[in-house]
Amino acid sequence: MTAPVAHDLGKAVTVPATTAFRMTAGRISLDGREILRGVDLAIEEGEVVAVLGANGSGKSTLIRALLGLIPLSGGATELYGAAPARFRQWWRIGYVPQRLSVGGGVPATVREIVSSGRISRQSRFRLTSAADKAAVTRALHEVGLSDRAGDPVQALSGGQQQRVLIARALAGEPDVFVLDEPTAGVDAASQRHLADTLAGLIQGGRTVLLVAHELGPLEPLITRAVVLKEGCVVHDGPPPQAVGAHALPGHDHVHPHAPHPGAGALSGWSDAAIGSRAENLDL
Amino acid sequence: MIELLSLDFMRYALAAAVLVGLTAPAVGTFIVQRRLALLGDGIGHVALTGVALGFLTGTAPVLTAVVVAALGAVAIELVRARGRTSGDVALALLFYGGLAGGVMLIYLTPGGSTASLNSYLFGAITSVNGQDVWVIAVLAVLVLAVLAVFGRELFVLCQDEEVARSAGLPTRFLGLLIAVVAAVTVVVAMRVVGLLLVSALMVVPVATSQQLTRSFRATMALAMLFGVLATVGGLTSSFYLDVPSGAAIVLLALAGFAVALAVGRFVRRSRTRESIS
Ligand SMILES: Nc1ncnc2c1ncn2[C@@H]1O[C@H](COP(=O)(O)OP(=O)(O)OP(=O)(O)O)[C@@H](O)[C@H]1O
Ligand SMILES: [Mg+2]
Repeated sequence: MTAPVAHDLGKAVTVPATTAFRMTAGRISLDGREILRGVDLAIEEGEVVAVLGANGSGKSTLIRALLGLIPLSGGATELYGAAPARFRQWWRIGYVPQRLSVGGGVPATVREIVSSGRISRQSRFRLTSAADKAAVTRALHEVGLSDRAGDPVQALSGGQQQRVLIARALAGEPDVFVLDEPTAGVDAASQRHLADTLAGLIQGGRTVLLVAHELGPLEPLITRAVVLKEGCVVHDGPPPQAVGAHALPGHDHVHPHAPHPGAGALSGWSDAAIGSRAENLDL
Repeated sequence: MIELLSLDFMRYALAAAVLVGLTAPAVGTFIVQRRLALLGDGIGHVALTGVALGFLTGTAPVLTAVVVAALGAVAIELVRARGRTSGDVALALLFYGGLAGGVMLIYLTPGGSTASLNSYLFGAITSVNGQDVWVIAVLAVLVLAVLAVFGRELFVLCQDEEVARSAGLPTRFLGLLIAVVAAVTVVVAMRVVGLLLVSALMVVPVATSQQLTRSFRATMALAMLFGVLATVGGLTSSFYLDVPSGAAIVLLALAGFAVALAVGRFVRRSRTRESIS
């Protein structure tokens, strides 16, 4: 077992950024089972972090805990320096949950769902503004669903619904994107499109925290990888290098911070971590 | 229709019918969206205990029903939010508790028999008087105002609670709000369709309108229209044919659903044909 390398990339950050998410000794128990066992994690503004790990390793749980959606049984978590209960700037967060289907028991159009992403920027007694509408139209365009805007989401395919959820987060124009398996069930072309969209956002200084099993076209964007195994962080550092991923045409590397570690990228990528990733790819 | 309106009690009944026809489906749209279609039934059963409590203590049954129904709705919401029991099991528990509690309390009331519950169980719209209409009107306006102000937030909540929280919405408050609003609606509609059929008026017009619409907004608007058609139509037929109003309203709503099902299928089929050619 190699000791996990922690935060070595975070220290290389040139601009001292604010911390978007910070978890210290975070523990979570659900139904008496410990799902997260002492996780220390800080995500700086402008980072593009991928959380990797096998099914059930606690990735979604970690992300939901960072957002304050599930209470910790130990340790603490902060959003922009505030405990979730005291955090007020929710418009800074755009969350795309891991979902198989969207919508409730009543039909809702794609546009209605995407518009709901504006909620944290709207005030209770004011009507939808022109800025809201423009942001929604832009978000629909970004995910290539402009022509489906008037269709009920229930009539869309799984991958299209996933894109609706991404558009909902885009519409809110947040500072941080938290995406739980945004590429699951999304076809190759749409994944590349999503990667381009994210690249633009990252260039604009946005922070991205995402969970993925298969990074695919997102790979060159990632500045840091966190690997979970049975609720523990077993790797935290440079992302794994997939052969050929960087040779894809039309994909500029966007690394707002430290220059990419390049050839030495695999240093610090412990065998255990690679093993667990390979294992999860087999599943 | 003219002769209907010349009768005082019919004017009151008609006003109550319109108000209930508007509010029940409006609230129902959010409830169905939240996949809690049977919430109205659960609250209806609990409200029965409230009505019986009114009989027992000699207070106005509407008042005790509102209080008990609201408490029941809060209980359902808390149990659901805790996630210890699934929403439908929590509802089932309240069904049984509410019904058994109501019957037991009536039994304990001196001179009370389950027969005195009948008008609350099945509705007796023609017994609505001027004062009742005022109470119903105030409560209905309150319900619609809450939906107008919080509608956008409730839409997000009913769609995905975690996303609502990550957007900073006060989800616990909103969850309780929609539950209490549903409770008030149940009591408002109690005199018109009866506690056992209240939920039908919250759910059936929404199901009907779903067959024909693609958006949430349109579903709600059309459901409210269908709601009013059902209550007014049911009331009219109950007057002319001398049948119980609650049952007439619900049967009419169900007939509307059957028609919409056929029309919706036809519309969808011609739409696909259009897009193919
Ligand atoms: N509500 C819950 N109650 C009890 N246990 C839960 C709950 N949610 C998740 N778990 C457990 O927590 C563990 C981690 O779940 P989590 O969803 O975080 O995994 P994951 O890494 O996101 O997996 P996947 O790749 O399948 O999305 C699993 O073993 C799961 O059984
Ligand atoms: Mg997951």
